[in-house]
Amino acid sequence: MHENKKRKGDWRYPIAHREAWIGIAIVLFHFAWWYGFAYGFGSKPVESYTYILGFPAWFFYSCILGFFFIIILVILVVRFFFQDLPLESDEEGDRP
Amino acid sequence: MNLQVIIPLLIFLIIIFLIGVFASRKLANSSSFVQDYFLGGRELGGLLLAMTMVATYGSASSFIGGPGIAYQTGLGWVLLAMIQVVTGYFVLTILGKKFAIIARKMKAITLIDFLKERYQSKWVVLLSASSIILFLFSAMAAQWIGGARLIESITGLSYISALFVFAASVLVYVIIGGFRAVAITDGMQGIIMVVGTVVILAGTIIAGGGIPTIMSDLMAENPNLITPFGADGSLTPLYVSSFWILVGVGVVGLPQVAIRAMSYKNSKAMHAALIIGTIVVGFIMLGMHLAGVFGRAVLPGLDTPDTVMPLLALHVLPGWLAGIVLAAPMAAIMSTVDSLLLIVSSSIVKDVYLNYIRPDAPEKNIKRISIGVTAVVGVLVFFMAIDPPAFLITLNLFAFGGLEAAFIWPVVLGLYWKAGNAVGALASIFTGVFTYIGITIYYPDAFGMHSVVIPVMLSLLAYIMCSIVGRNRKRQEHQEIINKYLL
Repeated sequence: MHENKKRKGDWRYPIAHREAWIGIAIVLFHFAWWYGFAYGFGSKPVESYTYILGFPAWFFYSCILGFFFIIILVILVVRFFFQDLPLESDEEGDRP
Repeated sequence: MNLQVIIPLLIFLIIIFLIGVFASRKLANSSSFVQDYFLGGRELGGLLLAMTMVATYGSASSFIGGPGIAYQTGLGWVLLAMIQVVTGYFVLTILGKKFAIIARKMKAITLIDFLKERYQSKWVVLLSASSIILFLFSAMAAQWIGGARLIESITGLSYISALFVFAASVLVYVIIGGFRAVAITDGMQGIIMVVGTVVILAGTIIAGGGIPTIMSDLMAENPNLITPFGADGSLTPLYVSSFWILVGVGVVGLPQVAIRAMSYKNSKAMHAALIIGTIVVGFIMLGMHLAGVFGRAVLPGLDTPDTVMPLLALHVLPGWLAGIVLAAPMAAIMSTVDSLLLIVSSSIVKDVYLNYIRPDAPEKNIKRISIGVTAVVGVLVFFMAIDPPAFLITLNLFAFGGLEAAFIWPVVLGLYWKAGNAVGALASIFTGVFTYIGITIYYPDAFGMHSVVIPVMLSLLAYIMCSIVGRNRKRQEHQEIINKYLL
C-alpha cells in the first residue's frame, strides 16, 4: 500500500492494515444486513407480518439470524484471513 | 429484606474481594509497578480480554436502563441495541495489531501515552487528560448512583449505607489489585452477565407462555410494539442508524475500551477475543433487551420502566436464583466503575504527574501515589454520589459521546495516517468536544440523528484540514515520529 523502497518498513504493518480493512468491510456488510432486513420486511403493515419461531420475520432475519451469521463470518475471517504475528518489536529480527 | 436474594449477592461480593487480594500478591512481586498496576503487565488471554471489554462496555444501561426503554418501546429498541454487536469485533480489528505493536514500541501504558508519543505535544496530552478526567469522573459518579440504588432496592438498606457497601467493595479490590484484579473480576462478571441473561430470558418466556403468545399479547396492546418503529412510531430509520456511530463504530474512541486493545498477551489472544467478544456482546444485548420487551406481557403497566429487570427477576424466578441474576447488573455496574476508576487515576498519576510534575519520581513513591490517587478519586466520587448535583447526571449522559467525538480520530488516524499531526489532533479534540456539547444543548436530534453524528464528522474534517494546514510546523520532529513508529 505504501511505497517505501528506500527504507525497510515494519513487515507487520501491511498485514495489520489489511486486517483493519477487512474489519471495515465486515462492519459495512453487517450494517447493510441489519438495516435491509429490519426496514425491508418491517415497513409493511403489522397485519401482514409473517412470523418465524414466534418472532416477526423482520426481527428474526435482522437481529437473530443476522447475529448468528455475523458470528460465523467473524470466525471464518479470523480463521482464514488473520495472521498470527509477534507483537514485540525485538522478535522481528530474522523475519523476511 | 429477602435473605434468599441477599446471600448470593453477598457471596458474589466476597469472591470479588478475594480476587483483589490474590491480584495484590502478584503485584507485590512486580518489577514495574506502573505497568502492572495500570495495565496488568500486558498478559490478558483471549477469554479474559473479551470478557473485560464486554464487562467494561456493558454498564448499568445494558441491564437496567436499556431493558427499561425496551419495555416501553418494543422490538424497535432491541433492533437499536443489536447494533452493538459491531463493537464485539470492530474495536479489535481497527485498533487491533497496529495499536498493540505501536504501543509496545512506545512502551505506552495509557491511551494518553500513545497520544503523547504520536503527537509530541504537551497540549494534546493536557487537553486529553482533562477531557478524560472530567467526562469519566462524572460517568463514574452516575454508575455509583446506579449501583447504590440497586443494592438499596434489593436489601432495603438506606441509600447512603447502600452506597457505602458498593463503594467499599469496589475500592478495596481496585486499590489493592490494580488492573489485574479489575480484569479478573471483569472476566467473572462477564460470565455472571451471560448466565444472568440466559436465566432471566428463559424465566420470562416461560412466565409469558411462550414467544408466540407474548407476541400476540404485545400486538393486542399496541401493534407498534412489534414493528421496528417503536411504540409511538418515533424510531425513524435515520435515528436508529445514527446509533450505529454512538454505540457501534464510535466505541473505538472510548479510552476505557481502547486501553484493552493494548493489554493483550499475543495475537492469538486477540483472535480469540474477537470471536468471544462478538458472541458475548450480541448475546447479552439480545437477551436483556428481549427480556425487557417480553416483560411487558408478563408485568404490564409498570410506572417506572427502569425497575423492570429487578421486578421481573423477583417475579419469574425463585428467590435464590433471582439473587444470582441480580448479581448480573451489579457485575455490570461494578466492572464499568472499576475500569473508569483506574483510567481516571492513571490519567492523573501517569499522564499528568509523571509527565509534567515529577518525571523522576522513584518507584516506591509512584506506588504510594498510584494507590493514594485511586483511593482519593474513589472517595471523591462517593461524596459526589451522596447528593449528586444535577449537572453531573446531565454531564454523564453525554460523557461517552463526548469522549468518542474527541478521541476517535486522533487515535484511529494517528495509527493509520502518516500526515496526521499535533495541530490536527488538537483541532479534532476541540471540535469534537465543543460541537458535541453545543449540539446536545442547543440542537439535540439534529436532522433526526443522535447528537454524536455531526461532531464525529466535524472532528474528522478538523483533523484532516488542520493536519494539512499545520504540516510545515515541526517538520523535522514529525518525520522522526513517522520513522520511529509508523514505518
